[in-house]
Amino acid sequence: MKRICADLHLCPNLKDFRHVSQMISKASRLEYRLIAMAFPSNLPEEEIRRLRNIGKEAGVDLASRVDLKPRTPKELIYSLRKLRRKFEIVAVVCESKNVARQAAKDRRVDLLNFPSFDFRRRFFDRAEAELASNGLACFEVDVKPLLALEGSVRVRLLSQLRREVAIAEEFHVPIVISSGVSDGMLLRKPRELAAFASLFDLDETSALEAVSKNPVAIVRRNRDKLSSRFVAPGIRIIRRGKDC
Amino acid sequence: MKSVRRRYLALEIDCDGLVDSREFLDAVWGAVLKLYGEYGASCVGLSLIDYDVERRFAVIRVVHTAVDMVRTALASITRIGNRPVAIHVVRVSGTIKSLYKKAS
Repeated sequence: MKRICADLHLCPNLKDFRHVSQMISKASRLEYRLIAMAFPSNLPEEEIRRLRNIGKEAGVDLASRVDLKPRTPKELIYSLRKLRRKFEIVAVVCESKNVARQAAKDRRVDLLNFPSFDFRRRFFDRAEAELASNGLACFEVDVKPLLALEGSVRVRLLSQLRREVAIAEEFHVPIVISSGVSDGMLLRKPRELAAFASLFDLDETSALEAVSKNPVAIVRRNRDKLSSRFVAPGIRIIRRGKDC
Repeated sequence: MKSVRRRYLALEIDCDGLVDSREFLDAVWGAVLKLYGEYGASCVGLSLIDYDVERRFAVIRVVHTAVDMVRTALASITRIGNRPVAIHVVRVSGTIKSLYKKAS
């Protein structure tokens, strides 16, 4: 069976409609079948539907994603309560340790993202991984900084990623590799994204899962939960009516 | 002596302008050197087989153990000169004949 490849972090300029549709068609040309865009939390439902239709025309399934950047755990819980049922993917950019810990243990969080340019605020350590392994959150690695940075900063980022990926594997936290780009020229094919993972010692099988199986599983799980037929994990309504 | 197993990579150069073969090869060597250093670059066995400026298509040859290294290096290229560029691997094959067959 052919692998479904996904990129869950595209950041086009949503105000520029042409740019968005160009990026969607480029993703389709690069063999992605599922993409997600980071939407502002107040984006109207109609706009999301319109973008989804563009994706459908290009042959790509578009999932809605929101990036939360809370300053405190309380703020995170509030945002999750407000937004979880509105978006298919919820990612948390962890800018403080308390937020990172809360995000890792909260089962409503799908992706844990850490600031790439500030190494002191990358809190993915063993404690974080242990919490995440009991929840549902995946560790997200954006490739954009690897493309944008050069020299010693990139070396430092790679060494940090190597450490974090090893911890994630030890605690069986799923890894998701995304592009995180806002420019179509920086989009890469799924196999090329997976190839980047060799720079931080992720083996080929896991790297390919990080661009296909893991992201697809997140979207599938959340779509199931958001559907009106969902009752509880493993239980869904098959048929309604008097004869049931 | 054991013969070296090679792989041929068909590449698509995504760029607004035209890139000549010299610039292209320099960019590829530069990316390999930057990521893997001189020792790594010496293990790659990189050479340019075919280059079509108009079609923005190239074929390179590498040692079979270095395909992933080259793939990563190619993906890390974002500019050639002042132009934004993306290089995508279209096909990988063991012989030139089958590469062209698959790529077409």
